[in-house]
Amino acid sequence: MIVPFLYALRRRKLPVGAQEAVNLARALSLGLHESSLEGFYEVARALLVHSEQHLDDFDIAFAEHFRGVTFDAVKITEEIRGWLEEVQKLRELTEEEKASIEALDLDELQRLFEQRLKEQTSRHDGGNRWIGTGGTSPFGRGGYHPTGMRVGPAGGGGGGAVKSADARRYKGYRTDVVLDLRQIEVALRRLRAFTREGYPDELDIEGTIDATAKNAGELDVVVRPQRRPDTRVLLIMDVGGSMEPYADAVSQVFSAAKRATHWKELRTFYFHNCVYGRVYRTDHFADPIGVHELLRVTSPKYKLIFLGDALMAPYELLATSADQPGNPPTSGLHWLSVLREHFPHSVWLNPEAPRGWSGNTIEAVRSVFPMFHLTVDGLTEAVQELTRRR
Amino acid sequence: MTTEFRRFRGTPGYLTSDALESAVNCALALEKPLLVKGEPGTGKTLLAEAISAAFEAPLITWHVKSTTRAQDGLYVYDTVARLYDSRFGDGDVRDIRRYIKFGPVGEAFRADRRVVLLIDEVDKADLEFPNDLLHELDRMRFRVGETGDDVVARQRPIVIITSNNEKDLPDAFLRRCVFHFIDFPDQELMRRIVAVHHPGLDAALLEQCLSVFYEVRGMQRMRKRPSTSELVDWIAVLQRAGITSVKLDRELPFLGALLKKEQDLAAFADQLSGGRKFRS
Repeated sequence: MIVPFLYALRRRKLPVGAQEAVNLARALSLGLHESSLEGFYEVARALLVHSEQHLDDFDIAFAEHFRGVTFDAVKITEEIRGWLEEVQKLRELTEEEKASIEALDLDELQRLFEQRLKEQTSRHDGGNRWIGTGGTSPFGRGGYHPTGMRVGPAGGGGGGAVKSADARRYKGYRTDVVLDLRQIEVALRRLRAFTREGYPDELDIEGTIDATAKNAGELDVVVRPQRRPDTRVLLIMDVGGSMEPYADAVSQVFSAAKRATHWKELRTFYFHNCVYGRVYRTDHFADPIGVHELLRVTSPKYKLIFLGDALMAPYELLATSADQPGNPPTSGLHWLSVLREHFPHSVWLNPEAPRGWSGNTIEAVRSVFPMFHLTVDGLTEAVQELTRRR
Repeated sequence: MTTEFRRFRGTPGYLTSDALESAVNCALALEKPLLVKGEPGTGKTLLAEAISAAFEAPLITWHVKSTTRAQDGLYVYDTVARLYDSRFGDGDVRDIRRYIKFGPVGEAFRADRRVVLLIDEVDKADLEFPNDLLHELDRMRFRVGETGDDVVARQRPIVIITSNNEKDLPDAFLRRCVFHFIDFPDQELMRRIVAVHHPGLDAALLEQCLSVFYEVRGMQRMRKRPSTSELVDWIAVLQRAGITSVKLDRELPFLGALLKKEQDLAAFADQLSGGRKFRS
């Protein structure tokens, strides 16, 4: 009953493996579930789920799996005890054997577990009947009728585990990550530089040794300011229209950038299709700032990251129009060049796959900005481009 | 078969749910760190204090900051003190052990009885921070490089780790922890929590406060929704000021105790006036 449940979880992309299975087995053999389905639900949730974004999937899988199950607590414990014996045996193996067991693939593991499970079923057929007459587990906790809901007095909490699993209270925490957020964070992490500015409160050991030696052995403590991040990042994102399908990937990068603590400053702006004279501070295109104003407040030291598909009708990029009455007419491409010239460290991240990068407006944009595919690898290359010395 | 160990059942001052007790007991039985997540103000840090009280084990707290390194938790070698001592001839500078200052993890390992080690807000630190602690928390030992001494935990400490979800934690780290996500309490549990903090609170006022509180929490566009600790503080202020009834309107007394962000105060006022202003 338990092993298929673990596979049901895996099918829902919960990262559970042998380690979780062994932990669960240990917990159940210690009686932590108190021989009840609710107890089992709580214990399994604590041990099998590692992040609140998986709680919802866990609840769904649990409800599906245990609906209609007459929960047989004793059998579970016996089954688990069987696994535990297995673990005991493994512990006596040599280091090499251990290594090879850790390398067991999942199919093998499943086969082993299923085999064990079969043995257990045949051995405990009699036990079933015994449990059946009582209608409750011998430990005296609540019994369960066939739909898996609690009958009789519900002590505390109230409601069966399946019921609370059914409630799906953790829907809001799902993320269904396309790009792994942590991978993005790790990629962005390389985008950093440090300077020593501010109050000197860190001991400079090398400097102290030098100074002390020069001072004929009289101790001369040298302190220096701590290393602090000195990277400023400007993130300009295309939103709406053809970018809609990539909204998830874009918001991933955005949240990774927002959370990065190794930057001194992060400024984000939005545009639609192409930059025409101004960018916007919100994704609803409110609160605009002119490009020239933007260049005035941001030094060329900023690293500029464009995020967009660079796909638009050719006239949107090339046609000239005045951004304000009285100004000379300029094209979208011109505005991009202005930004590129101001920021020597700049890249364009494109969620479109590189095979579609020629014969359209992407080609024109690529002639201005070095372009990278919005994948973890592409992001890593882009960061390398941004950190290259000029 | 069942190994007996003392189970955690909450304390008079800290109410738990079945799920939380179960997670704590799993962590205790399996001797794994307990990772607690949840909205700010749902009592993650207080949990460690409650466990410490329940097991009469001293609490050692390690507040993690953005500059915290894993090494700081183990020990720090105070070079400057040693240099000065050598200069001014105070004490025996040959004994390097005098200049090893143990951090919270080091202290927890060295304690001669079981302690509760709270690693608070682990997500504040650098991305690699949890990975750097994996080995130490797994094996419950580390080596002091300067002296070659091994510090081994005499009594395996109960390790509680809290996270506010500012950063994702590495998978290898997550796999070693028992995980619990503290739900926001429902009205019933909240009533009991408030009763613990404010015994003898007027029942009518409590009902009004709760209804206002859940109303405010349910509002759209709140950046930082008020949580348990804000409610408890707010009721404390109301009591001090001798206010006996509240209702949801623009003149809600001591709103600042519930809402901490300017945008939230604006959103609050806006929603009460019909919410027309910011519609796009």
